[in-house]
Amino acid sequence: MKKEYVYQAFERFWHWTQAALIIFLGVTGFEIHGSIRFFGYDQAVRYHNTASISFLVLIVFAIFWHFTTGEWRQYLPTWKNLRAQAEYYIFGIFRNAPHPTKKSVLSKLNPLQKLVYAGLKVLVIPVMVLSGLLYMFYRYPQRYEVLSLNIDGLQAVALLHTIGAFLLVSFFIVHLYLITTGRTVTSNLKAMITGFEKLSNEPEERKIEIHKTEMSEVIQ
Amino acid sequence: MLTALLVLGVFFGMMSVALHKNSSESTPQEKLKEQYAHKVKASVDHSLFPQLKKKFIKPQQVTAECISCHNGRAAEVMHSTHWSWERVEYIAGKGIRPLGKRTVLNNFCIGISGNEQSCNKCHIGYGYANAKFNFKDSLNVDCLACHDNSSTYIKAAGGAGMPDSSVNLSYVAQHVGKPQRTNCGTCHFFGGGGNNVKHGDLEKALFDPSRNVDVHMASDGSDMQCVDCHTAEKHQMLGKMYSVSSMNRNRVECERCHSAMPHTDDVLNKHTLKVACQTCHIPTYAKVNPTKLYWDWSTAGKLKNGQPYEETDSSGTDVYMSIKGSFVWGKQLKPDYVWFNGTATHYLVGDTLDPSTPLKLNELYGSYDDPDAKIYPVKIHRAKQIYDVKNNYLIQPKTISNKPGDGGYWKEFNWQRASEEGMKLVDLPYSGKFGFTETEMYWPVNHMVSPKDQTVKCMECHTRENGRLANLSGFYLPGRDYNPWVEWLGGGMLVLTFAGVLLHGGARIIIGRKRKDTH
Repeated sequence: MKKEYVYQAFERFWHWTQAALIIFLGVTGFEIHGSIRFFGYDQAVRYHNTASISFLVLIVFAIFWHFTTGEWRQYLPTWKNLRAQAEYYIFGIFRNAPHPTKKSVLSKLNPLQKLVYAGLKVLVIPVMVLSGLLYMFYRYPQRYEVLSLNIDGLQAVALLHTIGAFLLVSFFIVHLYLITTGRTVTSNLKAMITGFEKLSNEPEERKIEIHKTEMSEVIQ
Repeated sequence: MLTALLVLGVFFGMMSVALHKNSSESTPQEKLKEQYAHKVKASVDHSLFPQLKKKFIKPQQVTAECISCHNGRAAEVMHSTHWSWERVEYIAGKGIRPLGKRTVLNNFCIGISGNEQSCNKCHIGYGYANAKFNFKDSLNVDCLACHDNSSTYIKAAGGAGMPDSSVNLSYVAQHVGKPQRTNCGTCHFFGGGGNNVKHGDLEKALFDPSRNVDVHMASDGSDMQCVDCHTAEKHQMLGKMYSVSSMNRNRVECERCHSAMPHTDDVLNKHTLKVACQTCHIPTYAKVNPTKLYWDWSTAGKLKNGQPYEETDSSGTDVYMSIKGSFVWGKQLKPDYVWFNGTATHYLVGDTLDPSTPLKLNELYGSYDDPDAKIYPVKIHRAKQIYDVKNNYLIQPKTISNKPGDGGYWKEFNWQRASEEGMKLVDLPYSGKFGFTETEMYWPVNHMVSPKDQTVKCMECHTRENGRLANLSGFYLPGRDYNPWVEWLGGGMLVLTFAGVLLHGGARIIIGRKRKDTH
């Protein structure tokens, strides 16, 4: 049972700050959208705008980190094991089957995670950032007057931003749940807090053995 | 986690510092208050002029004395709409036409033709009793109506602009100066035959208002006078009303003093592109006394024992008058809101109408897509007024009666006769068949600006249900608008996701227990 340093300090900081910001942006955003009431409309707008700029700053740092460390390669989608991983979540997990993907420092994500996170990074987040920037700045005060981009109103921008928000909330629910599907119920959470995770394959191998005997029993 | 929160805090700190502007020196607002706290005192004491101490028989003699020193000023007044009661305006679709009290109809007392003796009490001249009034005679200019500072000058009811017999002309002439709220208010607060009947935001409460009623005119505040905003160059006043005009010119704008970006918060400043100042800063109008919202002429003419009568409600407001019909009044009203680009159309005497829909006498133009348009607050005055059923145009009835048998409705209560006589005066045929049709007038609300803490709150417009702007369309308003497809699909996706997670997790727990039992 060897503990390995899986998540570096910046990575954890980035993850938790992003989590806090996205939750906060979600609450204030859906208040602006008219779905909930919490802070009061004017405060919600103010908080949402401030949080969004903090988020932009964080994104800039995260992009820098991903490219300088080469960690961006973690998110390259792959076909390998994709089907096996999906089958694991649909069937295997109930039979206590082993994880089909071996987690290591060099490959932290399973193929489904790679696909979903890549989707977030190249599609959902950029759409949210761009539509958010347009939302905030399509009217921009200059020295003596307020000018406006010629974008025919907010309709399209706001719809895109809302669709993105629904996708992020949906992701958030699944993401919270999948924390519990690690080696133990809390191992993923502990890893993202401390950075260390037991990546020893021994228990997995024992699980494979048990699984094989179970399957042979079923066959017989 | 702790470090994460710490750095997050630093982020927020940096951002809020960056987003808030430094405010050490006095704000533009404070500078304006200082500027208007300084009240100008007259440089000359008119009570010392011997030529004003004599006894005046006719008011024209006062005018003669005024212009003997202030030469040329009467000519300026005679170029103003206060005098001409019309201005040449371009109306989209109708061309260049004279517009003004002299020519247009409204849905209150309808029009001045045939009724000059009464209506023209508020003309800035002496003796405009009929269409033959001499607009060229400078001695007919009434200097005192605007420049009386003694608050004793009043014009006679039914006197076509002549002063009331009680007025001591010599005393008034010795106490003249810059126009005060009392001068303007005497006419502009009482248009339509009573206090606050027409505008809703101009009424006698503004003679001595509190800050809550009007931050600018507040006696206990800046105590600004009408002419502080409605400035005049050569007696041409800045400002006009869309009841009698149609072009985007000569408007008094808040921005002239307050700039286009008066807020410290840029989110609010961005609103100024599409939202007029008045929209947020005048949350209610008719704050003190009621204004007329509906006037039904069709019920006029009921008599008791052959005599006209009046009915008032519990608050003492007229709700029925035999001479005018029935009314609905309102107090502390939320305005209606329209897109308005500064131009309006106008119903002109003789224009045909469609009796199946309410006729808009002065429709205000504008839409979200119009770069010149902003959302403005308006009072909508609705009425049922008389029209020619065969010719399909509004009737100018003769209402007041100068002599027996002249058809004046307020004496004879005969619409047929009032219509015949009235239509003669506007040179239009009358078919002999009259009816009543619904009309609407749009009155932009510009006065009774509230203190800052009473402005319209974000949630009053940015809300899904019953917001102030619920009736405005053609644009996306955050908090009010949404796409039902996105809401249903998005909401459905969240429900399914949540249900899926619960099922999956539940199954894991149950199967896990069974496994423990079997092993």
